[in-house]
Amino acid sequence: MDPISAQQPIPVRQLLPALLVTTLLALLVYLVQFDQGALSQSGTFLHELMHDGRHLLGVPCH
Amino acid sequence: MVWTLVLRGLVVGAVAGLLAGAFAFVIGEPRVQDAIDIEEAASAHASLIPVIPAHISDWVVSRDEQRFGLFLATGLYGLAVGGVFGVLFATLRGRGRARTDYELAVRLAGALFLALVLVPFLKYPANPPAVGNPDTIGDRTAYYLVLLVGSALAMLAAARVAWAVPDGAVPWKRPLLAGGTFVVLVAVLMLALPAVHEIPADFPAQLIWEFRLSSLGTQAVLWTVLGVGYGIASYRAAQPRVAAQRA
Repeated sequence: MDPISAQQPIPVRQLLPALLVTTLLALLVYLVQFDQGALSQSGTFLHELMHDGRHLLGVPCH
Repeated sequence: MVWTLVLRGLVVGAVAGLLAGAFAFVIGEPRVQDAIDIEEAASAHASLIPVIPAHISDWVVSRDEQRFGLFLATGLYGLAVGGVFGVLFATLRGRGRARTDYELAVRLAGALFLALVLVPFLKYPANPPAVGNPDTIGDRTAYYLVLLVGSALAMLAAARVAWAVPDGAVPWKRPLLAGGTFVVLVAVLMLALPAVHEIPADFPAQLIWEFRLSSLGTQAVLWTVLGVGYGIASYRAAQPRVAAQRA
C-alpha cells in the first residue's frame, strides 16, 4: 500500500475544536514557566515547587 | 481522528516529559545545587545587613520538594507540548511533504526543537540559579518570548518555502532555500534583540557551561522522545488497518 494514499488532510472544520485544546495547553505551559500565583491562586507554592524544572527547561529566571 | 492524534500527543508528551525529568534529575540537579550553594554562601556573607530575602533563601518549599517538583514541571510541560504537537501533526498530516506518519512526526519534532528551543537558547541560554538579575526578569522574559515567537514564524516561513519547491527540482534547492530563509530571518531577529550580560564576574564558568549543556540535553531528550515516540505510536496504530485490508 502506498503510504501517501492513507494521508488525506483532515478538514479544517474538524481541526477547529482542537484550537481550544491548544489554548488550554498554552495556559498549562504558562503555569509551568511563568505563573507566580496570579493564575494558580496558590501563592508562589507551585512556582517554587517547579523552580528546578524551570531552570533546567531553559526559561529565563532570577 | 483529530482527538486520537491529540490524545497520542498528550500521552507521548507526558512520557517524554518524565524521561526528560529523569535526565535533568541525574545530570542537571547537581549543577542546580552547586549554584544554590554559591548563592547561599554569598547571601550568608551579606546577612549582617538585614536585606529583603532574595527568592531562594526564603522559600517555603524545601529543596527535596523542588527536586520532586522538577518531575512535575517537566511532566506537565511535556504533556502540554505533546498536546500542541498532536494538534500540529493533525493539521500538517497530508498537507506537507512528509510521506509517512513516522517521517512527519520526526521532522515536526526536529523543526520545533530547532525553532522553539535551540534558537532562543543560542541568544538567551539557560542560567542556573543566582545568575540572573531579579530586576530585569521582566525584560529578559519579554526578549526570550519575542525571539521564541519570531523563530516559530521564521520556521513557518521556511516550511512554506520548502513546500513551494516542486518535487522535480535539483536536490539542494529545497534545503538551501528553506534553510536560508530560516537562518536569515533568525539572524535579523537576533541582531535586533538586545544582548543580556548578567553573569557575575566571579561565578564559575565551568558550572555555567555544564548547567547549560544539561539544560539543552533535557530539552533534547524531551523532543527526541516526543518525535520518535509519536512516530512509533502512529506507525503501530496504522498496522492493524493495513493487515485488515490485506486479509
